[in-house]
Amino acid sequence: MRTYLARKATIYALTFFVAVTLNWLIPRLMPGDPVQRMISRAGVQHPESIGPLVEYYENIFGLDLPVWQQYLNYWGSLLSGDLGVSIWLFPSPVEDVIARAVPFTLALMLPAILLSWVAGNWMGALAARRKWLDNTVLPASYLLTATPYMWLAILLVWGLGVVAGWFPVAGGYDFGLRPTMTWSFFLDLLHHWFLPFLSLFLVSLGGWAIGMRNLIIYELESDYANYLSALGAPQRLIRRYAFRNGLLPQITGLALQLGTVIGGALVTEVVFAYPGLGYLILQAVQNADYFLLQGALLFVVVGVLVANFVIDLVYVVVDPRTRTGLQGATA
Amino acid sequence: MSLHRRRWPLVAAATTAALIALAACSADPIDQEPTDDVEGLDEAAALVSEYPREETIFTSGSQWGPPSSWNPIPQSGEATGVRGLLYEPLFSFDPATLELEPWLAESGEWTDADTYVLKLREGLTWQDGEALDAQDVVFTVELGKVPDVRWSNMWTWLASATATDATTVTFEFSDPRYQEWDNFLYTNSVLPQHVMSTWAATDYNSNANEDPVGSGAFTYSTHGQDRMVWERNDDWWGKDALGLEFPMRYIVDIVNPSNEVALGLLLQGGLDLSNNFLPGIQTLVENDQVQTFYPEAPFMLSANTAVLVPNTLRAPMDDAEFRRAMAFAIDVDKIVANAYGGLVQKANPTGLLPAYESLYDDGVISEHGFEYDADEAASILADAGYADTDGDGFVETPAGEPIELELIVPAGWTDWMEASRVIAEDLQAAGINVTADFPDSGAVDDARSSGDFDLLINNWAGLSNTPWTYYNYLFHQPVRDLQLVGNFGRAADAGAWTLVEQLSRTASDSPEYAQIMGQLQELSLTQMPMVPLWYNGLWAQYNTSTWENWPTDGGDSQAYPSTWGGFWQMGGLRTLAALQPAG
Repeated sequence: MRTYLARKATIYALTFFVAVTLNWLIPRLMPGDPVQRMISRAGVQHPESIGPLVEYYENIFGLDLPVWQQYLNYWGSLLSGDLGVSIWLFPSPVEDVIARAVPFTLALMLPAILLSWVAGNWMGALAARRKWLDNTVLPASYLLTATPYMWLAILLVWGLGVVAGWFPVAGGYDFGLRPTMTWSFFLDLLHHWFLPFLSLFLVSLGGWAIGMRNLIIYELESDYANYLSALGAPQRLIRRYAFRNGLLPQITGLALQLGTVIGGALVTEVVFAYPGLGYLILQAVQNADYFLLQGALLFVVVGVLVANFVIDLVYVVVDPRTRTGLQGATA
Repeated sequence: MSLHRRRWPLVAAATTAALIALAACSADPIDQEPTDDVEGLDEAAALVSEYPREETIFTSGSQWGPPSSWNPIPQSGEATGVRGLLYEPLFSFDPATLELEPWLAESGEWTDADTYVLKLREGLTWQDGEALDAQDVVFTVELGKVPDVRWSNMWTWLASATATDATTVTFEFSDPRYQEWDNFLYTNSVLPQHVMSTWAATDYNSNANEDPVGSGAFTYSTHGQDRMVWERNDDWWGKDALGLEFPMRYIVDIVNPSNEVALGLLLQGGLDLSNNFLPGIQTLVENDQVQTFYPEAPFMLSANTAVLVPNTLRAPMDDAEFRRAMAFAIDVDKIVANAYGGLVQKANPTGLLPAYESLYDDGVISEHGFEYDADEAASILADAGYADTDGDGFVETPAGEPIELELIVPAGWTDWMEASRVIAEDLQAAGINVTADFPDSGAVDDARSSGDFDLLINNWAGLSNTPWTYYNYLFHQPVRDLQLVGNFGRAADAGAWTLVEQLSRTASDSPEYAQIMGQLQELSLTQMPMVPLWYNGLWAQYNTSTWENWPTDGGDSQAYPSTWGGFWQMGGLRTLAALQPAG
């Protein structure tokens, strides 16, 4: 177990180093000088005033230093927990900007991904053993999976928001509300959260269900299932084994999905005008905001790594073969 | 199946934890409320959990990201309303009359050619109770002595600013630039010396100024990732002095959502004033679902001039005749109809906004002006020696070189993309081989400032008190490595720049003023450094269900209805003050 963890930890540390370096590098390869863009946006009328302003901002952002030094400084401030100052949202520190967006992103994406995974697997497993369910769940799942997300989301906003008026069409909470620790505010948060959540839930539900159904059918036809059946084991027991085996690839799929959580769902945020990280990343790219982009991508990297690590651990629990492998036995 | 049951509580716990974190996080701004006020008034305010609809106006259109700064010094990137609702200028500007109107100032006049005496109103106060006096004005102006404060340029023509008593400031000029001075008087906010003098000199641009202390009619209430909330300052000095009473207690400005969402909010009554560009809004105006300044085309007032910028360092755009031929070859009416559905209007050949109509030199325009005329374009080209010598349908330069030009506008700017397709089509029809291309907006920015382009569209010539800003944009000299404020086509000086500088030094009521304006209009038409196309609108659409008496043509209120930065003192404040509860 210890060597397993040590090996994993080394791999993760290396991945982290490379990914963080790329985070620093990629924004700087984009066309466009952020300071120049910032100053053009300010609409200064006198070119004479521009020189000092450029100097001032480049100094603030540390862009007047040699590149290698910028890179070292980046690691230095990163390790001390400083992500720098956003260029687009000057002078907000990047960590503040991200901290304001992350709760919305997490509260939206985590439940959507986890619940759709749970519900999808459950539906898929049921569908695999009931003909009539298979005939309804499967086509419905195909339909949901094939639906372009954008279209589904707009349809939801239009149908349940604009036409029926049951749900708000924009915002993280009502624009007429002030955040307070009250039930009414909490309910309002939920009210605004529901439609974006539903859209994400629905669109990933189908994929999980189809995957699970196929896996179960495959498992039920495998040798061990037939053998168990020949031994006269109850159908219920066989299905349970099939389900457990079918779950393994689904867990890997979940790990990959969870990694994307922190990046947020750009389209969701745009369609529902919902606050979150995705929109920040888009704006950071458009404004050549190196620091905000670095910070947001760092969260994505950390998210992917943590999710993978957790799943690695979960595997040890759910797949006995991994455990025996760890203990040095041959599988 | 047992795995399921084990997972549910985990999911529920994660959801709850995230939601609580979310609630806790968004509740933060309340803790930041200033609490050092009297008699628990602020605690009472903090208890307001909901803004009553009939006391609140919802606006949108000026803010593109989460509010991050309440600092008026950089004059960009600040939260909606910082310059206007919170900080105030000495004068306001009425684009309808082109006159400055006293705001914090009671009066201001030139006592001689080099001396300007400014008189402040009596009894002005900051929101924390400190008096706003002549010292604050002097502090504001002298801040320009710091090189990276954006009005630092002023100290090349201003000699001194002296507070002669509590409400009087005397300005001595070494080189009086009347037009620029007027511009300063209404665009720059007066800053609180007692607060900002404690800031470090390197902090003037980078201080976020949380807990701001202004002098204006509204105070900072709270903000979130997608909104900025202002609350009325009931002790505002202007209630008596200006006779302005704001009927709304709260202003909630919503960070620009997508067009669909903005439209949805507007139609549902969740937005009262939208300063977003909403393509197709004209049909909703015609159905009486929303209101705009004009009930019919062009629906909107004009805010700035969109111009076609040819790079004059590249042949054949270095030839004024070629540039003029392009002006005649473009059918702007088609752009107005196709790209905008009538939401904008065609620009005057001089490019001067309709607000400056009284300054149009009709003689010059009738002699040198242009309008869409394909035959005229063809004959200008032919006369200047451009002919299709290789028979490919496009003209070559007089030297026989093929012409192949690219017009760039940022990808995603759908109206401009459509407009540039029309332009390319028209120019091709006239025999000029132009294709439209849509790079990323950052790449367009780079191309524009470094001069690495053939043709592009730009609209930074905005409304101001003086056409000097437009000509400064058109003709600015000298050309630098990076052109960030104007003359993006890098045109060499053909005598216009001296006139521009002269214009800045000429008072609007002096007889030379009209004469210089005439000469500049003539030069802009004969040299054609940029081709004026259309006037971008001061996008403003109103929902009248909660508030009425919005500015309309010929209506009771005719202010320029905008919440954009720099527009509050040009009409935004008067728009809000004139509103009345509907019903």
